Amino acid sequence: MHAQWNDKESLMHPASAPDYIHKEQLRSLQLQRLRAITKHAYDNQKLFRERMDERGVKPEDIQTLEDIRKLPFTQKTDLRDTYPYGLFAVPMNEVVRLHASSGTTGKPIVVAYTKEDIEVWNEVMVRTFACAGLHSGDIIQNAYGYGLFTGGLGAHYGAEALGATVIPISGGNSERQIMVMRDFGTTAICATPSYFLHLIEYAEKMGLDWNDIPLRVGVFGAEPWSDEMREYIEGKTGIKAFDIYGLSEIIGPGVGMACEKQQGLHIFEDHFMIEIVDPVTDEAMPDGEEGELIITTLSKKAMPIMRYRTHDITSIIAEPCECGRTIRRINRIARRSDDMFIIRGVNIFPSQIEAALLRVEETLPHYQIILSRAGGMDQMEVQVEVTAETFSDTIRGVEAVHKQLSDTIAHILGIRVKLSLVEPNTIERSMGKAKRVIDHRKN
Amino acid sequence: MKLKQLSVFLENKPGRLRELCAVLAEREINILTLSLADTEQFGILRLIVKEYDKAKAVLIEKGFVAKLTDVLAVNVNDQPGGLSEILKIEEDSGISVEYMYAFTIKNGENSILLFRFDDMDKAVDALEKANVNILNSIEFYQRAEG
Repeated sequence: MHAQWNDKESLMHPASAPDYIHKEQLRSLQLQRLRAITKHAYDNQKLFRERMDERGVKPEDIQTLEDIRKLPFTQKTDLRDTYPYGLFAVPMNEVVRLHASSGTTGKPIVVAYTKEDIEVWNEVMVRTFACAGLHSGDIIQNAYGYGLFTGGLGAHYGAEALGATVIPISGGNSERQIMVMRDFGTTAICATPSYFLHLIEYAEKMGLDWNDIPLRVGVFGAEPWSDEMREYIEGKTGIKAFDIYGLSEIIGPGVGMACEKQQGLHIFEDHFMIEIVDPVTDEAMPDGEEGELIITTLSKKAMPIMRYRTHDITSIIAEPCECGRTIRRINRIARRSDDMFIIRGVNIFPSQIEAALLRVEETLPHYQIILSRAGGMDQMEVQVEVTAETFSDTIRGVEAVHKQLSDTIAHILGIRVKLSLVEPNTIERSMGKAKRVIDHRKN
Repeated sequence: MKLKQLSVFLENKPGRLRELCAVLAEREINILTLSLADTEQFGILRLIVKEYDKAKAVLIEKGFVAKLTDVLAVNVNDQPGGLSEILKIEEDSGISVEYMYAFTIKNGENSILLFRFDDMDKAVDALEKANVNILNSIEFYQRAEG
């Protein structure tokens, strides 16, 4: 299936075939797989079986795709509570690999793969790279962190299966990243968008001219980012930036991917079933309406995850994509319900700040949001680094930039917040996921 | 005719100005004169140094935002009405002063003022027409270094 292919003979990678499957066929394949995985999880996952029994639901009750709503949700806390191996559904000798999340908020979560699961993962990653127009002959610099994080190895084996050349550079060491990018003839890079922004800065310092290197594609993900950020990256470097979507809990990177039309992310629906629910009432939302994305793994044997609450806010695009793929898309995920914070009664997402800053021309989006409490009132401060472009040598000039940024944020949020211009490099650079919000409020 | 001035963005936080001076001192760059404009939040430090390209590179390397701007060094009669005379010339030509500061060394009857006008080329024309002495960089550095 993953044999080498030649783009001169065919425009489509063989692994991408399911992306173009007939809708009816896809739905019947999904139903078949949903019934099988529900039974597998019921028979082998204690927590799932207990919840099903509590509801009086049996795997045989799944007769249509809509019947998925009868199944209980899986929460991230379920993965923590059963740490480390509580949700594994196969004997340990069938598990060929483990990964784990960083565990920034307590215990990490552990995920498992059978040999077959790894093959599925490779397949969806091949389809992911194919969406970005990558193929055998491409040189992919993989700047996702290698190790327990799913990003590094997921992209690595996917790129190999695609038939491309992989540079397993991992994250960090920016000077070497730029050197390798230039000297090895990198044509595509995988990184978090915030780390790539850092690399852009570094490259400029090192005097790199983006026109002089063959880099043409960026595969960016693992954190929410905005269309404005994509335009900024593309404008600055001339590469095409693609949004990749994935979660360790589901499989890792490779759950969804933007195609060259850049209108949402295709979900590899033959392996991942998606629903949108109202995050408060849990009610199913129709296509096109915004809510929380729920994902069910349709083929994962080692650790099936049923109706996983992603906390990612998006909507399903049911209309066919101009690229010809028949699998449905979701809109770009610019916010997560758990990223949201409330200031003076207004719901705010970090991505809104980012969009506002990028709307003001030439602002390099290095920013941080500081939340604090003073006199019983929540305060929010946005710190933005001054750049050579935004700095004019008069007080009036700097204040004009300050006002413009401040007004744009007020316009988008509907409330006025404190804005501070800070010196370059005062905001910590991340090698992985960016830390946009510092919360000093005590609960 | 125009003099290169180095402008640096400074956050209002303790020790920042000293750090900047230390960076220049380390590279043996002498500050001929300076002016500091500040608001509650930030400041702009304007420096005249002879090796401005080197100074700019050093500061950027150390993480400062620094850029070069043009200013005019004008010989002003050091007596009541001296400055007023210069300002009148510019006013009559429709040019405004964005900022100005004095250079500390006096030489006989004249002192040197540094000006940033909104239209620098027009300002030069107007001053020259009125026979006001504008120092070029060689003259300026000679005077500054005694």
